[in-house]
Amino acid sequence: MESLGFLMQGFGIALQPENLMFAVLGAFLGTLIGALPGLGPANGVAILIPLAFTLGLSPETSLILLTSVYAGAMYGGRISSILLNIPGDEPAMMTCLDGYPMAQKGKAAEAMAISAIASFIGSLIATIGLIVMAPWLASFALTFGPAEYFALFVLAFATLGGITGKNPVKTLMAAAIGLMIATVGIDGSTGTQRYTFDVLELFEGIDFIIAIVGLFAISELLFFIEQHAGEGKPMIAMNKMTLKLKDIVAILPTSFRGGVLGFISGVLPGAGASLGSFISYTLEKKILGKKGNFGEGDPRGVAAPEAGNNGAASGALVPMLTLGVPGSGTTAVLLAMLISLNITPGPLMFTQHGDIVWGVIAALLIGNVILLLMNIPMVGIFVKLLSVPPKYLLPVVTMVAFVGIYSISHSTFDLYFMVAFGVAGYFLRKLDIPLVPVILGMLLGPEMEKNLRHAMQLSDGDWTILIGSPLAVTLWCIAIAGLLLPVIVGPILRRRMSAAKAATDA
Amino acid sequence: MTRHMTLKLLTAAVVTAMSAQAFAFEPKGKVDCIAPADPGGGWDFTCRSVGKILSELDFVPGNVQTINMAGAGGGVAFAHTVSKRAGDEQLLVAASTATTTRLAQGQFPGMNQDQVEWIGALGADYGAIAVSKDSPYNTLSEVMDALKKDPKSVKFAGGSAAGGWDHLKVLIAAQAADVENLPKVSYLSYNNGGEAITQVVGGHVQAFTGDISEIQGFMESGDLKVLAVLSEERLPGKLAEVPTAREQGIDAVAPNWRGFYIPAGVSDDAEQYWTTTLDSVYESEEWKDVMTKSGLMPFHKSGADFDAFVKAQIQDIQTLSKDIGLIR
Repeated sequence: MESLGFLMQGFGIALQPENLMFAVLGAFLGTLIGALPGLGPANGVAILIPLAFTLGLSPETSLILLTSVYAGAMYGGRISSILLNIPGDEPAMMTCLDGYPMAQKGKAAEAMAISAIASFIGSLIATIGLIVMAPWLASFALTFGPAEYFALFVLAFATLGGITGKNPVKTLMAAAIGLMIATVGIDGSTGTQRYTFDVLELFEGIDFIIAIVGLFAISELLFFIEQHAGEGKPMIAMNKMTLKLKDIVAILPTSFRGGVLGFISGVLPGAGASLGSFISYTLEKKILGKKGNFGEGDPRGVAAPEAGNNGAASGALVPMLTLGVPGSGTTAVLLAMLISLNITPGPLMFTQHGDIVWGVIAALLIGNVILLLMNIPMVGIFVKLLSVPPKYLLPVVTMVAFVGIYSISHSTFDLYFMVAFGVAGYFLRKLDIPLVPVILGMLLGPEMEKNLRHAMQLSDGDWTILIGSPLAVTLWCIAIAGLLLPVIVGPILRRRMSAAKAATDA
Repeated sequence: MTRHMTLKLLTAAVVTAMSAQAFAFEPKGKVDCIAPADPGGGWDFTCRSVGKILSELDFVPGNVQTINMAGAGGGVAFAHTVSKRAGDEQLLVAASTATTTRLAQGQFPGMNQDQVEWIGALGADYGAIAVSKDSPYNTLSEVMDALKKDPKSVKFAGGSAAGGWDHLKVLIAAQAADVENLPKVSYLSYNNGGEAITQVVGGHVQAFTGDISEIQGFMESGDLKVLAVLSEERLPGKLAEVPTAREQGIDAVAPNWRGFYIPAGVSDDAEQYWTTTLDSVYESEEWKDVMTKSGLMPFHKSGADFDAFVKAQIQDIQTLSKDIGLIR
């Protein structure tokens, strides 16, 4: 109940005019970024981090802006899934399955409205879950010593590929690249410089934010140049909406189930939103079975994945805020942002920066309402913006990236570095090597190394400290399960997923 | 106290004498202040708050522009000042004990403390050692006695890298307490003070080493017991209840000062101008206000006095770092 008092204070912060304005702006930009094919939530947040620095925003305002972008992108992803049959981001993939057929039947507006309502419910459930679970987990998090953290990071790496990951070897390669990048700079435990070659700019290591913006935003631009995708793609026109209360009631149970499942898969480190939407869709199909016409434009097939991915989005904030371990790619980017604001995520953040934590949680709730309002009556605007050719949009994105990165450190070196990362990102994507594990490797690698060495220092070199507490043993077991399950269950799930996709495409 | 007072009176006298006469140098147009880190940190704060007072009190004709130049813990800005700004009389660069530590350990390759002019410090944050509220230790002497018996019996967590200022504070205290085998004293490096405190509050590491300002919130909430502050005298305000290491018979003082250097090759008049200007800023009500609000403690040195202090600090750190095998 104490949480409610803090939440009220959080609303006090989130409802300040400036913060409210940035929440609206973030929700709008987020929806737009989510809607654009290729630009997912991780890219969206990465591109807007420099904006927050350029504007000199206070930490709570910056975070409110970025979490709104995050939530918005989760809503936006469905727009192009429904109208273009191209998911705006990876988690929105499952929405194509029933969303596009609905649109083909002339029910695009209904699909939009239903998915927005399902997104709202999923996000609401998960935010309530966050409010209940985060303070509890935060007080529990003090029991995490170096050994437990080390096991937790191993767990995060083990589940990194996730069940939906395409190629585990490539995921592993990507994580290894991230780990390698992270070794550059001063080694905290000995004070030695590693791989800096006396280049002063490398002494503090490679900034995550430069890597993130380069890998995601700049490589996107390179892809665009290559494809000459100057004009947009043809899309299905919107119809006039005729949604009845009955239709909304019909999707409520589905949305509730999706939200809860999404939340759970979001909380697990490494799993993330794609898993959330996938599980909720498959489960819904199982439960309703023949009663529904999944794959042919069933409204519940639109509601389930949307509730799932929005639930997972808020769920992924739980481990990030309480333990400092991101639950998904986007929360990894948010974590990098927190670190550059000199805020240490973890149990003490709730006592030392309580205003920020609760301000952000309140902003999530407010942002969710704003997004619902934005996404039903105003969905037409996003549809219009979606038809703005990328040849106008991408240069703007690139400009924001350059100005923003320069404004952080006023160093041209960082700009060259960002471009280098962009080129690297382009080749990695060409080779089908996913980028998110690179970032997670960069972010988690040094922490994992540090905690292992600390554990060794504390035990004077006794390895058994790593399995010295029930908590650590539990984490190791989950990690092993996380590593083995995808190998066993993964192929089955993936086969079903592509079968379902093929069925709708046909 | 008396030394401080005489110093203050002296500077005040000098300031009055100086302000009566016209300066041979006065800044024209824009003055730059380089903060060698990203916005939001201590150096950024030093530049912005001092810059504001400089223009409010008309020591500079226009505004002072803060330029953030992050990299290598101040090394990028140091290199820039040495190689590109020599002779620039309209430039201040923020510095602190972190700068001297890196210089002492040769972490700015090919550069040394004689390549810039050290003009003054305007306050300090003092080192402190704390333990969790359930810890069996109640004084710094008890901790040091334990270290004498077994250097690995108490492990320290801090926010700097190994060999950084937080690590050195422990060693300065241990050395003053005649602990032998300093290299064996265990120090765990975290990304920042907050992370280190979490581990100490959680009971995973026995002691925390950091600046008193990092600890204050946890001291007030009762999560941490502060065993000693590494200052010459007890600190003012709420911190007066914290005993100094000296009171416990351990002669260790570790100020993390905040101050400035300027490029080499500037005229003597310009150097004199900035030195006396910093003296006046330190005496001003506006700066006292900033210090109270930001938790900065009294600490002031300028001109030749400061230059000697910086070089002595670098010498001390170098000796200590050699003793523990951090540098050769």
